[in-house]
Amino acid sequence: MSPTDYRPDRTLPVRVELVRQLTRRRTQVAFALVVLLPVLLWTAFALAAGGPPTGSPNLVDLAKDSAPNFAVFALFASAGFLLVVVVALFFGDAVASEASWSSLRYLLAAPIPRARLLRQKSIVAALLSLAALLLLPVAALVVGSLAYGTGDLVSPTGESLGFATAVGRVLLGALYVAVHLSWVAGLGVLLSVSTDAPLGAVGGAVLASIVSQILDQITALEDLRDYLPTHYANAWAALLAQQVDWGDMTRGVFSAVVYAAVFGALAVWRFGRKDITS
Amino acid sequence: MPRLPRLTRARVVIGVLVLALLAAGGVALAATGGGARASVVRTEERRIEVRGGPGVAAPVSLDTTLYLPAATPAPAVLVAHGFGGSKASVDTDARALAARGFVVLAWSARGFGASTGQIALDSPDYEVADAEQLVDWLGRRPEVVQDGPGDPRVGITGGSYGGAISLLLAGYDRRVDALAPVITWNDLGQALFPNTAAARPPPLDTPAHGVFGPDGVFKRGWAGIFFSAGTGTGVVGAGSAGPDTAATPAPTTGDASTPITCGRFTAQVCQAYTEAATTGRLSPATAELLARSSPASVTDRITAPTLLVQGEQDTLFGLDQADANARQIAAAGGTVAMDWYPGGHDGGAPDQTVRDDVGTWFDHYLAGRGAVLSSGFSYAVQSGVRTRSSTPTGRTVVAGSYPGLPGAPELRTDRVTLSGPPQLVVNPAGGNPAAVTSLPGTGGALGGLGGSLAAFTAELPGQSAQFAGGPLDAQVVVAGTPRVEITVARVPGQPAAEDAVLFGKVYEAAPDGRRTLLGSAVAPMRVAVPADGTPARVTVTLHGVVAPVQAGHRLIVSISTTDQGYAPAAAPAVWRIALVDGTGLAVPVVPGRAVTATTVPLGAVLGILAVLLLALTLWLVARVLRRRAPAGAAGDATIPLQITGLAKTYQGGFSAVKDVSFTVRPRTVLGLLGPNGAGKTTVLRMLTGLIIPTAGAIRAFGEPVGPGAPVLARIGAFIENPGFLPHLSGAANLRLYWAATGRPAAEAHVEQALEIAGLGDSIHRRVGTYSQGMRQRLAIAQAMLGLPELLVLDEPTNGLDPPQIHAMRDVLRRYAADGRTVLVSSHLLAEVEQTCTHVVVMHHGKVVADGTVDDIIAGGGAATFTVDAPDRAAEVLASLDGVHAVDVDGAAVHAELNGTPRASAVQALVTAGIGVQSAGPRRRLEDAFLALVGEDTAP
Repeated sequence: MSPTDYRPDRTLPVRVELVRQLTRRRTQVAFALVVLLPVLLWTAFALAAGGPPTGSPNLVDLAKDSAPNFAVFALFASAGFLLVVVVALFFGDAVASEASWSSLRYLLAAPIPRARLLRQKSIVAALLSLAALLLLPVAALVVGSLAYGTGDLVSPTGESLGFATAVGRVLLGALYVAVHLSWVAGLGVLLSVSTDAPLGAVGGAVLASIVSQILDQITALEDLRDYLPTHYANAWAALLAQQVDWGDMTRGVFSAVVYAAVFGALAVWRFGRKDITS
Repeated sequence: MPRLPRLTRARVVIGVLVLALLAAGGVALAATGGGARASVVRTEERRIEVRGGPGVAAPVSLDTTLYLPAATPAPAVLVAHGFGGSKASVDTDARALAARGFVVLAWSARGFGASTGQIALDSPDYEVADAEQLVDWLGRRPEVVQDGPGDPRVGITGGSYGGAISLLLAGYDRRVDALAPVITWNDLGQALFPNTAAARPPPLDTPAHGVFGPDGVFKRGWAGIFFSAGTGTGVVGAGSAGPDTAATPAPTTGDASTPITCGRFTAQVCQAYTEAATTGRLSPATAELLARSSPASVTDRITAPTLLVQGEQDTLFGLDQADANARQIAAAGGTVAMDWYPGGHDGGAPDQTVRDDVGTWFDHYLAGRGAVLSSGFSYAVQSGVRTRSSTPTGRTVVAGSYPGLPGAPELRTDRVTLSGPPQLVVNPAGGNPAAVTSLPGTGGALGGLGGSLAAFTAELPGQSAQFAGGPLDAQVVVAGTPRVEITVARVPGQPAAEDAVLFGKVYEAAPDGRRTLLGSAVAPMRVAVPADGTPARVTVTLHGVVAPVQAGHRLIVSISTTDQGYAPAAAPAVWRIALVDGTGLAVPVVPGRAVTATTVPLGAVLGILAVLLLALTLWLVARVLRRRAPAGAAGDATIPLQITGLAKTYQGGFSAVKDVSFTVRPRTVLGLLGPNGAGKTTVLRMLTGLIIPTAGAIRAFGEPVGPGAPVLARIGAFIENPGFLPHLSGAANLRLYWAATGRPAAEAHVEQALEIAGLGDSIHRRVGTYSQGMRQRLAIAQAMLGLPELLVLDEPTNGLDPPQIHAMRDVLRRYAADGRTVLVSSHLLAEVEQTCTHVVVMHHGKVVADGTVDDIIAGGGAATFTVDAPDRAAEVLASLDGVHAVDVDGAAVHAELNGTPRASAVQALVTAGIGVQSAGPRRRLEDAFLALVGEDTAP
């Protein structure tokens, strides 16, 4: 019997894992939702139009000014929950769904080294998350350009940015959201290797985000709120100014990578020594 | 398992590093987040007697609180309260300054709170004299740093009424070393009787240089609130003052000398107000009274560094008042800085940024520590956009200095061309109905609505002339008082008064028609119009604002005849309003840069780098440890599987497997037999690296087996139940599974596997639609992908039909015959007997029998005889040559014949007269197994 041509660093190539994930309905639904959201928003705005203008402008009024404003609104509207769910879904579901299908044991017995399985699955989940997070503003920019034209971005702080600059800032904002949500990704992976129920892993990560957002509303906590993982979630709004204040975004990235690193390390540690009984 | 200890060490390292990471993160976050300021501030309450002043014989007793910082002596700061407040309303500010290291003295001004005396409107004879005596008092205190005998190092701050006393004290008392007046007036007469139009306007030098014309329009809304605050019925916004429980007590009846309507005001002030409120005009006597209470009278004497803080939402003391203070103090050589914040009497109290600026001001000029305030002028730009609380809706812009002051750059103005024909406006008799633009005195309660209020104010039909500019090419941030030149003329044959009372406004109009009144404020004017019909030409300084006007939006100037907040012109009138050709709207613009911490926080950046570096290190360490993990002493590479002393105890103490040892030799089909729960599956999971053994070792082809061991690539396994991606077809599942192993597609031998699965066309259907048996066969096919040298199948015949079971036996036998090895687990004896060459029997986690099936089943020379007289039969058998191990078991007698033919033994028994019912090989396996199962079924 000739020795088999097995190399641990060739197991579960990203391409293969991508195919495995992309053929899943939940992946397709998530992407469809992200693309459809701007269309839904546009429809809602179109239906709600009419009537005399009331009060000072709010974000919805701004959103109808131009494509970048529309994209900013779409990002604001979805960053707090929809995108959290998307990231939690891609990461929390990664290992737990294999466990629930019993296919995890066959992948591990193939054998795919455990750390490598986690790494490859995380890479694919990260690619999918990043794609979804960038797809949202891109779709919003396209829908916004068709519906409201390629005007200037008027930021909530009352500053004005040219279309090209604004597009760059919006995409940069989406990138920040992606980096910031790495804490959700880390938590999702940790929960994913801790439970055989995908719903538990995804729901747990989303729940943590919601609880953190609620705690962040309690101003009495003062400085303690800086330690909440969601505290700097909207820091990318600073990008919507002519002069960008990188302070909160840097702190946000720091907070996110600390959480992501801790959760990720715990996930690797836990998965490496876990008895696979699923 | 020699790798285990190494991995454990690696994990310890990882654990320690994770803890270090957490600690580092916490420290860095704490460093960037800013710690809590815990400072001990002591307070001393005391009453200080001051002289009554002209015409007041009895001394006045002021209610004061002295705030002492942790370290004394220290410079002192007087904190004055707003109109209608008391020393309690500035407690927060006082404590903050004391925590900064200042001795702070807060007092209730005469006529307010628990202080005695009457309100004289910051009169030099009374309130200013009081403040001077407080400075005297501080000059005797050992806790206060002294510049000389009776000359304490002292600053003063306060909002509104307290801001004016700050300026007045600094003008009258040279001992004041620094001051920070907040939202206060320069000229009280102009604040209450503004006139913003003049034929010969002042130069357009500073951003908010107002006209300050004589004989203005009575600001009756605010004046009434101001006055009622002093009679005990209200509190004026007053910057830092909140609603005050210790406010002015309600007037008591019985004192015949002053009417109840005068409250705690001096008779002089009361009379002036009554006169103004009834006539709506400013009499010379009142003008004289208000002038004495105005900092304008002393600004040329103020030399102490002055930080002027003014609100952008303030229809009482607008930006023009602070502008006047700045101009006058700077012209006399004083040091001035200016802060415009998004609040005021119509908005809210100063925010933390302003408080910090005030603190920095006193730190530098009183305590001599810290740098000078970085900007000479800063203003806040609010977009008016409503968002969720976490999103900023404004920014602060800083300019190096206030334009137009000595040494500062010149003011920049943008000119917006206006157009519109001359228009007629009507002043209704009695000035009613009147337009509503603001709600004076609602202060912070309506703060956030400032912008939205403007949206529902509409021009009343026929009462306004409007001149619109074109859409702006680019965004313009208006910062100060825009100016427009208009003419006002009588209309022949129409009624008209001596002079026209008009109100100027600027709107921002969005393309969708939404209008916003800039500053929610109007600029009132009284224009003397010649009786001969010639137009009066005037320049109007509109209300000072900071407002971003978006590109594509238009500016509209409106001149109207009524406003609810001002005394109306009673006589009906018609005026013709026209633009002065070629002038347009002059818009002050102050270039600056947004206050953004463009310096990226170093701590956070280092933190990010540290985390990434740590993650990289962890990864490298784990990699090196993995590389260095030895393959273990090579065992016999020809033995497919060797298990020694294997044990597994789960968390919670359940021992599933205890000391299991057996060997699987090549080209054999080994059956792992045992009842359900015997530990078979746990053994199989351990030998595929899914479960980590508690003790013992597994070697496959001489190499150790553990999680992810490379040798697992030579083992194909089916364990417990199939595992597939339900949304993919069977074929796609197999293809992707093989792709996931990373091995060449040619090695897979998919056809052979598919043949074994025997799924036909169903292989292209989604696995989710498969029956249990189909999935089972697909899973076995998956285990056979690549034709592994050792095939491990866990209960493979579960869920299969008898013909399929039969076929499966052939497959397994052929598989072993091809030179490979098979390990099958089963709880069915027949299954093992018919399929396997070798068997290992497990029960309760232990191996109870082990050998070839033939050996164990046929038992070599062992035989069992069923007889009618077992005991005698045993004797007979034992007497035969070579026969031993005779054993009676009920009606059966077992014996080791050891070469003696069974027939001979039967013959011997029959000869001995014993009836033999049956004779055959001893079925030890069955005995053992049945005994186990029997044991299991027994309770």
